Amino acid sequence: MADTSTHEQFDPLATGGMRRRITSKGIVYGALSVFALIYIAPLLIILLNTLRPLEDIVRTGFIALPDAETMTLRYWGEAWGSFCIGGTCEGVSRFYKNSLLMTIPATILSTMIGLLNGYILSKWRFRYDGLIFGLITLGVFMPQQMTLLPWAFVLGKLGLSNTIAGLVFVHTVQGISFTTLFCRNYFVSIPDDLIKAARIDGAGFWRIFRRIILPLSPPIVIVTVIWQFTGIWNEFLFGTVFTSGGNQPITSAIVAFSGSGTGERHYNIEAAAVIMAALPPLFIYIAGGKYFVRGLTQGAVK
Amino acid sequence: MSSLTIKDLRKSYGEVEVLTDINLEADSGEFIALVGPSGCGKSTLLSIIAGLESVTSGEVKIEDRLVNNDAPKDRDIAMVFQSYALYPTMTVRENMTFGMECRNIPKAEQKDTVARVADLLQIGPLLDRKPSQLSGGQRQRVAMGRALVRDPKLFLFDEPLSNLDAKLRIEMRSEIKKLHNRVGKTTVYVTHDQVEAMTLASRIAVMFKGVLQQYDTPKEIYERPRNKFVAGFMGSPTMNFLNAKVVQSDAGFGVTIDGGDGTILPLPADHTANLAAGQSVIFGVRPEHFNPVHAHRGDTSARMKVLVDMVEPTGAETILMTTVAGQDVVASVEPDDAPKEGETIELAINMSKVCLFDPSTELRLSA
Repeated sequence: MADTSTHEQFDPLATGGMRRRITSKGIVYGALSVFALIYIAPLLIILLNTLRPLEDIVRTGFIALPDAETMTLRYWGEAWGSFCIGGTCEGVSRFYKNSLLMTIPATILSTMIGLLNGYILSKWRFRYDGLIFGLITLGVFMPQQMTLLPWAFVLGKLGLSNTIAGLVFVHTVQGISFTTLFCRNYFVSIPDDLIKAARIDGAGFWRIFRRIILPLSPPIVIVTVIWQFTGIWNEFLFGTVFTSGGNQPITSAIVAFSGSGTGERHYNIEAAAVIMAALPPLFIYIAGGKYFVRGLTQGAVK
Repeated sequence: MSSLTIKDLRKSYGEVEVLTDINLEADSGEFIALVGPSGCGKSTLLSIIAGLESVTSGEVKIEDRLVNNDAPKDRDIAMVFQSYALYPTMTVRENMTFGMECRNIPKAEQKDTVARVADLLQIGPLLDRKPSQLSGGQRQRVAMGRALVRDPKLFLFDEPLSNLDAKLRIEMRSEIKKLHNRVGKTTVYVTHDQVEAMTLASRIAVMFKGVLQQYDTPKEIYERPRNKFVAGFMGSPTMNFLNAKVVQSDAGFGVTIDGGDGTILPLPADHTANLAAGQSVIFGVRPEHFNPVHAHRGDTSARMKVLVDMVEPTGAETILMTTVAGQDVVASVEPDDAPKEGETIELAINMSKVCLFDPSTELRLSA
């Protein structure tokens, strides 16, 4: 990958009188610091609460520093492995596993189908190809709620109600709209001459896909994987509606245990669980974020 | 034996007909240039020969085998693209072996072929590089290498030199010619550059608006263009077209320029078939067939007084922009013979080289 930051960025504050430079920089940094604080505060508060015993939270409220003497990491452990949610006392680990079992296959499947669809729709002409592309991308604009009833019907018919496999199926199909759109728009920028040359060389549909298109695809694969992974992991509606009890993904489970009404709220454990639930998308975004922005904005393959 | 035959070919996209009744054949080992302005259908024709576009009606035969419905890979052809179309993720070597890999040729043979072609094109040191690490000229070579490893019945070139700078283009042009002489394969070469067509081809097909205007040797095309379009397209600076009338005198046929001083430009006897006195014609003269009278060594009986508006020295020759009777005339003369701007001079015309065209049909009159 070429380094994109080789040029000096334009600095409008580089010139001018000393006074002007100091005041203007002061304003810029001051404003940025205030906003940074606003954005970081909730995360910080939640993070600190995971370390505090419940009595401490109840006594001094949410917003307080942990007491050095009572500070402990055990709520992380409880949240992960032993806290009781809806009758089972396995913490969120079980739902974590559910989420991974749902998100990883659905991400892989929808990305693969999207790559194939994008390749077909951008590089092969056939009757009504435009119409088919239009119909597929229509799914991007369709409100999720509209699909709830049809999906419930389909899952019921297939015997996949209240299963992780059912959620994988739903998320794969729902995701195809996005992945097809992304991949098709990316592949359009691959010169048609490459395909023509490969056809003259004797390569067929699959060989062109495997040897020419796929090796050019890493930027868009990263984009779709990040998009799909975070989207499916964070998804709440389908998980809540189509699964219950031990089959729920973590997003639904967290809501279930925070609102389970079994007496007192374990804010510290909930906080730990929430942070754990947020980690995988965060990780995948940090790992691939550089390529994400690049893949979305650049189409060129040269 | 004819290596490529195209018979009554038509191609249309819906209502739009892009190729009309194309008839063309190439003998084995011939170098055919398809030339014409943008949008004349030459690239479409090449794509049809390659099998990348379908035929609406008519026949395409390669070595007497009808290939209308054959896939590109079954036509035994190789093609060089304007964009080179090198596979960006593969090394030069992999680019060259990809086609052989598709045809399941044994590894050892692939290696030998690549070595032979790399030697031929002098790209041996580049074999392990990626296309992005090559210069334009090197990419061009690799693109040709990829075609050469195939040993096909037909080579197709789609404007292969138009992405190169002027100097490199001339170099690669002579290299393509050398290569063709050495390999001796039938070649179809699409270009919009008439100089490339003239220098490379054994026969040129001039196309315009989807119609094949003329298909002949470079010399015939240049000296005896079938119509005004071919005459104007081939040659640079372009041929002058003057409105004129045919006159007949004791000395035989001649022409006078419309609006001029009535000077009769006598036509050679072998140019006068099918002419009638008083007939309007378009009088076509190439710039190099003008010469200042004082410097002209041949017959100076046909002369024309012109006003020199502008002088453009190019080094080897000097281009004169002149007017006669309100019509523009471009002449190219020896730099030493060049007049000054604003002068009125007399130009002698080499009448044995002129062409007469019918003003309405634009076809060339007379033999």
